[in-house]
Amino acid sequence: MIETQKLSFAYRADDNARENVLKEINLKIDKGSFTAVLGRNGSGKSTLAKHFNAILLPSGGKVYVNGMDTSDGKNTFRIRQSAGMVFQNPDNQMVAASVEDEVAFAPENLGVDPKEIRRRVDECLETVGMTKFALSAPSNLSGGQKQRVAIAAVLAMNSEILILDESTAMLDPKGRREVIETIKRLNSEKGITVVLITHRMDEAAEAQRAVVIDNGEIVLDGAPGDVFCRVEELKSLGLDVPQVTLLAYELGKRGIEINKSVLTVDECFAELIKKASEVGI
Amino acid sequence: MFKDIIIGKYVPGDSPLHRLNPTVKLIFTILYVAALFMADSPISYMIFSLYTLTLILVSGVPIKVILKGIRPMLWIFIFTAVLNVFMTPGEELWSVAVFSFSLKITKEGVTAGAVMTIRLLYLIIGTSLLTLTTSPLQLTDGIEKLLSPLNKIKVPSHEIAMMMTIAIRFIPTLAEETDKLMKAQTARGADFETGNIIKRAKAMLPLLIPLLISAFRRADELAEAMEARCYTGGKKRTRMKESRFTGLDGAACVIFFLACALLAAAEYWI
Repeated sequence: MIETQKLSFAYRADDNARENVLKEINLKIDKGSFTAVLGRNGSGKSTLAKHFNAILLPSGGKVYVNGMDTSDGKNTFRIRQSAGMVFQNPDNQMVAASVEDEVAFAPENLGVDPKEIRRRVDECLETVGMTKFALSAPSNLSGGQKQRVAIAAVLAMNSEILILDESTAMLDPKGRREVIETIKRLNSEKGITVVLITHRMDEAAEAQRAVVIDNGEIVLDGAPGDVFCRVEELKSLGLDVPQVTLLAYELGKRGIEINKSVLTVDECFAELIKKASEVGI
Repeated sequence: MFKDIIIGKYVPGDSPLHRLNPTVKLIFTILYVAALFMADSPISYMIFSLYTLTLILVSGVPIKVILKGIRPMLWIFIFTAVLNVFMTPGEELWSVAVFSFSLKITKEGVTAGAVMTIRLLYLIIGTSLLTLTTSPLQLTDGIEKLLSPLNKIKVPSHEIAMMMTIAIRFIPTLAEETDKLMKAQTARGADFETGNIIKRAKAMLPLLIPLLISAFRRADELAEAMEARCYTGGKKRTRMKESRFTGLDGAACVIFFLACALLAAAEYWI
């Protein structure tokens, strides 16, 4: 569980022009949930994510991870262990020259017994479906595969929370699919709390909750369907609306009312068929 | 063009030489090189030949690969041999006058030339056998172990090994980036292919700055990713693959020291 209380943050670039990147954010992320944090470039969404595992510490307010205060130095490593983070660039977060050594890196740092490390490495690679590549060099993998390895590398710490800081931004559609499928499975099968930082609506649609951040403040918060049907607001925030939601919205403007919280093509199709039979086409 | 760079040219395998503890292999290689330069009786060199040949056969590394490693050094061999043959003073075998110089070949020169060439040859074969049968990761592990006694005088052995591992890990990444930068600059009219060496080297300069900047950015992100996974340096750290001292290493030690004893005998009593 992650909780922020009046979280404010400012990068100390220039003391005179000190503008807060985050402004008194109150957010509670439940255990076992799948939350997407949305926002355009510079909205503060990545800065927020970095507070969840004590890479950044609040300038004002508090952040609690599993009840532990991030600003207390004694908690830092326990927080980083329970809230694992996968970064944006797959190439720049890999330390080791082989996949299994990469996954072993975090438990090695924690001083885990070698036999237990071996067990965790095998288990985590199995979980993300990368067992076949255990001995490959990271440079021989595709982007999606690299990010799956990065997820396994975090899981090897026995993390309960997985934070993905724009981890799909540099991937091709296939790689993005791989990563999203993997985290959805982790969330539903292993009960891992997922926080997905993204600017892509189609990814946020997979979550249970979408939190939209702009200019360091939470502007929208709710189920993805409810958030997405507020088309005008999202557009003014510089975010793209999923095509099906846009279709439902535009139809509504022209007097054809269908359920606007549709997220997938199939749902939209079902709604349109229903509407068609209602009006008797 | 940078994609072909392979450091150490590791040849994967499962020979006894591959399975040997990397620290043991490192120590043996260092001692081997030292012995090579101390020995000077012909019988010693026969022992070296036998020893080196046995190692090659045991390693299962194809002879072709080893010869390929020697080829770039051919000019150095010739240069050392020629220099030794003509420059060593001693009993004259043959001489010729070139202008005011007299070039002469001496008996001692021929011996010294032959010895130096053999030394260099075995030096290269011996050290490349190390890198051919040890993966870069094992090698850094071996170096870390070898340096660990120096921890007492504040030599950061773990950090040195970690830096080497990361360097090895990033070679392909940076090579790929260089390739991309070259293509991007070629597309805007840069010319890396024509002209003499100096001109081509100058054309490479504009690659260095973007490459350096991106390397720093990568380092920054990597440090963050490492911290996020609780990295704090060598203290309290465990290893998944512990390199243990096995029976095989014991056997190798016995063989190695027998060879050393044989060498010592050859040097002093014959």
